[in-house]
Amino acid sequence: MTVAAHVRLIDLLRDDLGLTGTKEGCGVGVCGACSVLVDGQLMSACLMPAFFIDGTTVLTIEGLAPDADHLTPLQDAFIRHGGFQCGICTPGQIVAATALLDAHPRPTTEQVRRWMMGNLCRCTGYYKIVESILAAAESGTTAVVRQPVGIRAAP
Amino acid sequence: MKPFQLHQPATQAEALALLAECQQRGDDVHLMAGGTSLVLLMNLGLLQATHIIALRNISELHGIQSTPGGGLAIRPLATHRELELSPAVQAYCPALAETFGHVATVRIRNQATLGGNLAHADPAQDPPPMLIALDAQIVLTSQTGERSLPLEQFFVDYLTTTLQPGELLTEIRLPPLPAGTRATYQKFLPRTQDDYATVSVAATLRVDADGRCADVRVALGGAAGTPVHLREVEDALRGEKLTDQRIADAAARVPELVDPPDDARGSATYKRRMARVWTARALHDLRDQPNGALPTP
Repeated sequence: MTVAAHVRLIDLLRDDLGLTGTKEGCGVGVCGACSVLVDGQLMSACLMPAFFIDGTTVLTIEGLAPDADHLTPLQDAFIRHGGFQCGICTPGQIVAATALLDAHPRPTTEQVRRWMMGNLCRCTGYYKIVESILAAAESGTTAVVRQPVGIRAAP
Repeated sequence: MKPFQLHQPATQAEALALLAECQQRGDDVHLMAGGTSLVLLMNLGLLQATHIIALRNISELHGIQSTPGGGLAIRPLATHRELELSPAVQAYCPALAETFGHVATVRIRNQATLGGNLAHADPAQDPPPMLIALDAQIVLTSQTGERSLPLEQFFVDYLTTTLQPGELLTEIRLPPLPAGTRATYQKFLPRTQDDYATVSVAATLRVDADGRCADVRVALGGAAGTPVHLREVEDALRGEKLTDQRIADAAARVPELVDPPDDARGSATYKRRMARVWTARALHDLRDQPNGALPTP
């Protein structure tokens, strides 16, 4: 496809491709709601011109789960451990945490906090986010069967 | 962002030719490295360009190399994350690698480049004071040749540099560090870890056999419209025993040497005082840690 030079990646994703999982929060690179992986590297889609991704692979929240019946361990852990409240920051949190676990498969709590400090949660649900990420790190990398939410036993 | 004409040269020579051509025509042309600051400014409508020259495809402008004798040559498109993790930077000076790790968040460090950081000339940035403390030189190249200058002379004022029309920042050079040089970068962050510093201090120190200061360099971030190289403080310490009193007396000169802005990170008066406090802390830490290895603040 062809994209105008002045279009940002966030606008390409949301407006042209309809991939609205990636959110625009602050628009100035601070909040992390627009976190995406460009060739595996965590980036802010709001500060990136779309032409930068020419020839790269971009992974957004929509592309993490292998199929409609499975979730990644991180997605499952966020559900099981209450890693979100209102949910607006969650795609960015999970994409950022995906990059964290790629770089550090078994991070310490301190490493999680340090890495995730660029992803803001306005509900201030940080403890549960850290807990979810640490739980996902323990459960490995195998995709988890997706279940209806709300009927499972507590972990 | 408003529409602009995009150029993506593949070589430095091509970029310099384009830059000269655009400027001769009177176009409003800007160079784009990682894009973090430029896209932000353009998106907020604070900057409008009719032409953008994106440098990212120019392989000559990427890379980090150790130089013969133990120095370091950094090309401008090296990202902060590459620099933070680079074995060459670690081997040169662990405190420098740590300084790059203090910039914003890992997400921004993955995208933002050192050349873009320096050319943007935000005085609250982390790398410039540390690079000045390490006596960095920068190389500016145009179609008619190149010139190099100490990094501190590159900064003129807030977001303003000595970069001339037709010039491109092509290299950051760090000289070999004399054996026994200790270095530290300390960032005063009263709010959040990913914030700009209220003030920051970078310092290097070499102590001779009888415990006197053989050499010292100190520079501050966030303390004026440019990074501040504290020559007067250095002069008060060089050749002296670094007693607590001597350090306190030298640091007492800091408030009159800085000109910080009042902003959300503190009043000018508060920052002047904090600049003194953090300068003294950095000097104490360097004096008291013989291996120069400091814990992450």
